[in-house]
Amino acid sequence: MYNLIGAGLIVIGGGIGLGQIGGKAMEGIARQPEAAGKIQTAMIIIGALLEGLAFGALILGQG
Amino acid sequence: MKVFHKTLKYSVVLLLTLSSSIAFAGGGGDNHDKKGNPIDTKEEINAYIKHHLQDSHDFTFYTNGETGTHYGFPLPVILWDEGLKMFMSSKFHHGETVAEADGNYYKLYHGKIYRTDAEGTINYDEHHHPTNVKPLDFSITKSVVGMLLAGLLMILGFSALARGYKKGPIPTGFSRVLEPLVIYVRDEIARPNIGEKKYRKFMSFLLTVFFFIWIANLLGLTPLGFNITGQIAVTVCLALFTAVIYLTNGSKDFWAHTLWMPGVPVILRPILAIIELVGFVLIKPFSLLVRLFANITAGHFVVMSLIALMITMKDAFGAVGSTGMSLVLSLFITLIELLVAFLQAFIFTMLSSLFIGMAVEEHDHH
Repeated sequence: MYNLIGAGLIVIGGGIGLGQIGGKAMEGIARQPEAAGKIQTAMIIIGALLEGLAFGALILGQG
Repeated sequence: MKVFHKTLKYSVVLLLTLSSSIAFAGGGGDNHDKKGNPIDTKEEINAYIKHHLQDSHDFTFYTNGETGTHYGFPLPVILWDEGLKMFMSSKFHHGETVAEADGNYYKLYHGKIYRTDAEGTINYDEHHHPTNVKPLDFSITKSVVGMLLAGLLMILGFSALARGYKKGPIPTGFSRVLEPLVIYVRDEIARPNIGEKKYRKFMSFLLTVFFFIWIANLLGLTPLGFNITGQIAVTVCLALFTAVIYLTNGSKDFWAHTLWMPGVPVILRPILAIIELVGFVLIKPFSLLVRLFANITAGHFVVMSLIALMITMKDAFGAVGSTGMSLVLSLFITLIELLVAFLQAFIFTMLSSLFIGMAVEEHDHH
């Protein structure tokens, strides 16, 4: 039961983080469309780092 | 406004799906097996998915639930148990019988091989864990077959690409697909992250790891039922390769900055050194391996759960309705999984090259 609540909290946190990253990247691309490629790459890297964090927490919660 | 209406429509469908799946989750209780015991459909689906996510010692394509026959082929079992023991996994009969090899008896229990007596008795401790001796298992399992297949595909594809360049500068056939990907890895991943001077040395590793993960992920989406990158042993190995490469290729500046950070108060330097060392030796490889493993496992889990919808929702929507729904949903998720297969290969290569770039970088001394 508690680890389900924990999983929910992790997903909320990860969702907020991903939303921030995606939203800011969109703003950046809208402001400078010629830098879209670079912004996208950086966005995916940060997204992946966040994902690693969230998955790490989920797996720790399982054990 | 139109978009809003669409969103509303989909949310209503989703809500209906969710609520009915909760309402009918236990709806499979009226099924019975041959002995008349009720079958818990949900439990059985869970066991099936769990079985798929694990590695196995045989290759089963299809099991006839009524007669209990398995269709597939056995794989070689290689054990080290006071000497090399080799036999085919057909001797286990899918865990139902005991296999005998050179006077020792082995039994398959939950995907793991244990040494037993001739009757195949497995002893348990108080936590219901088997206490039997586990021999060292070097078997060619399903995932190993998948990895060999991925390697074979890579050898075939890239030797064709290499041979093509002897004839002329423009590749033909399937090589036209591979060439842009190789150039993509070089120009978008390796060059900007490692640096113009040093990237060539690491290209072979980055290309291998990229195409291996990508092909392994794609093999997982075929109906053959591979789950290669969803085995934690595989991702641990891949992350270890990256860790060993960036730790052994670290420049003098990298070690100086890691162990004795210049520009900060002396008291802080040992603390920073510990943090940096733990980061490079443990946390970075750990995040690499967990990301790949968890993504692929979660993807397989979702696809199989959506396929299982056609059984669990049969009572609510009828055979045609539930099958159609599960078909549409699993098609949609499988398309996303195709993207994830590429994205995970890209991310793994990208982060590997980023870490290698951090390690080999040489700073200008002012």
